[in-house]
Amino acid sequence: MAEAYFTEQHELIRKLARDFAEKELTKEVLDQVEETEVFPEEILDKMAKAGFYGIKIPKELGGQGADARSYVLVMEEIARVSGVASIYVSSPNSLSGGPLLLAGNDQQKEKYLRPVVTGEKKLAFALTEPGAGSDAGSVATVAKKEGDHYILNGRKCFITMAPLSDYAVVFAKTDLTKGNKGLSAFVVDMHAKGVSCGKPENKMGIVGCATSDIILENVAVPECDRLGEEGDGFKIAMQTLNTGRLGVAAQSIGVAQGCLDEAVKYAKERKQFGRPIGSFQAISFMIADMATKLEAAKQLVYKAAYMMDTKQDATLNASMAKYYASETCNEIAQKAVQIHGGYGFIKDYKIERMFRDCRVFTIYEGTSQVQQMVIGSKLLKK
Amino acid sequence: MKILVCVKQVPDTNEVKIDPVKGTLIRDGVPSILNPDDANALEAALQLKDKDPKVTIAVLTMGPPQATYMLRECLAMGADEAYLLSDRAFGGADTCATSTTIAAGIRKVEGVDVIFAGRQAIDGDTAQVGPQVAQRLGVPVVTYVQDIQMGEGNVTVQRQMEDGYEVINVKTPCLLTCVKELNEPRYMSVGAIVDAYKKEITVWNHTDVALDPADCGLNASPTQVFRSFTPPQKGKGEMLSGSITDMAQALVGKLVEKHLI
Repeated sequence: MAEAYFTEQHELIRKLARDFAEKELTKEVLDQVEETEVFPEEILDKMAKAGFYGIKIPKELGGQGADARSYVLVMEEIARVSGVASIYVSSPNSLSGGPLLLAGNDQQKEKYLRPVVTGEKKLAFALTEPGAGSDAGSVATVAKKEGDHYILNGRKCFITMAPLSDYAVVFAKTDLTKGNKGLSAFVVDMHAKGVSCGKPENKMGIVGCATSDIILENVAVPECDRLGEEGDGFKIAMQTLNTGRLGVAAQSIGVAQGCLDEAVKYAKERKQFGRPIGSFQAISFMIADMATKLEAAKQLVYKAAYMMDTKQDATLNASMAKYYASETCNEIAQKAVQIHGGYGFIKDYKIERMFRDCRVFTIYEGTSQVQQMVIGSKLLKK
Repeated sequence: MKILVCVKQVPDTNEVKIDPVKGTLIRDGVPSILNPDDANALEAALQLKDKDPKVTIAVLTMGPPQATYMLRECLAMGADEAYLLSDRAFGGADTCATSTTIAAGIRKVEGVDVIFAGRQAIDGDTAQVGPQVAQRLGVPVVTYVQDIQMGEGNVTVQRQMEDGYEVINVKTPCLLTCVKELNEPRYMSVGAIVDAYKKEITVWNHTDVALDPADCGLNASPTQVFRSFTPPQKGKGEMLSGSITDMAQALVGKLVEKHLI
């Protein structure tokens, strides 16, 4: 076994994801996704069949009954080839499925989680607002109780997959006087009266997975669609994000590996001054740095996953993994573009897309600075 | 109905390099894979199981203990049982000895109605083991199968030929060797991989399958490899153009020049 943290079973899961990525996510498909900004449903269906949407979810809830390490490996191998494809994997496993798995009752899990992990439905995670990014507690969307319903009003922004989703987990204030403790979570039917989506954002990268605002105007949500108790919202959101970080960390090592692969390939092929550019120390040292930092990032990610699987508190390690892997991925992508020279700036080469795709990794699901806050405060608490 | 699929773990020949001095395959560090034609054979069995849930599928291989990895892959694709014939005594076998061992293994698996195998393995490329196994078991064999329709006590298959195909009806039990045109093998799934590691793999040695060590492995292999080598690359051809007469004259000129005529 190549890695201390993995069993043969994990290696077979890696093989599945690698074979899938290489066979299905071809250059033609990915170029078409960039052009049309639409990800083919046919491939999403195949991912569902391969069990990529419910990796960590127990079998009795329609999932695959595997673990965090399996999730990391699938994310890594898919992201190695396509950043946007890995978003479709992470969403049901993490941000969409997370709140339901953590706080949903049996009926809610059956009604919402099962179709999400089997790929029949899509569910968005709607926390961020124009005025509430890193400061999640300052959510201004309001949920007012009226009989056996809540009436939701507000605006969510930068919501991944919102225009494609059937449902969204919406975080809204049920008590404006209580700060974080006044936040509650609701499953909102995206086709319900009063729900609409903004225009899809024109993004730098991760093209092919629409992101937009969700506008809620007097949306009536039945009480049975509240997750947990009133006031549990902040806890649900933070717990989801704590484990969700691992997905972005895995995405980061995947894209970084893809960038390194491309850089090595190009450095061997490209000749200048009569020899391959990889034979120049300037290039080979860059590649050595890239590979070393990637290896360090991988060990952080794998360890965090291993800790989750062995039921240890992985909050600190997941933050470290997300922080370091996403920053390192950007550094590696930047160097890979540099090694490609002028061609790295041209869309015909994969590296151009990878460079744009990974830029958001240090931003979403907790910026690098939020991770530093988590890590710092954990160490300085006593 | 029980279908037994013969599978083999082979080095991924896309990754294999040849030692330029010794002329042998460098297998070190080369990943092992499920032989591609065998994956088609397994997929054919799985498709029959999709249609009829009463179908059970057993996979069987001969190989070192590491071959369990490939058997787990077969289980994760949907096979129900897995058998590994593994023994030092089986080592160094040519196709003749291999088929003796595999036939002995198949006899021990109970209730097999039909046997599928890949057309040939990408490492040896002999295409001999399938037919030899059929011979040893005394069952009919159809090679190069590109379509399978199961009947009651018989099976109708298309046998691929260079310029068409034959339609053959054959009584079961029988052995069919499958070509890649038959289907597109499915992916495993994450959950099926998890389940595959909960299943038992039956491992048999020569005593388990009632074979004398003299009848298997190197001891029973009449084939001896003297040397393996990469055939020298043919030079690039040259296309002649012009009228037939011009080309004929140019061709004769070149042949004369090389003292070939």
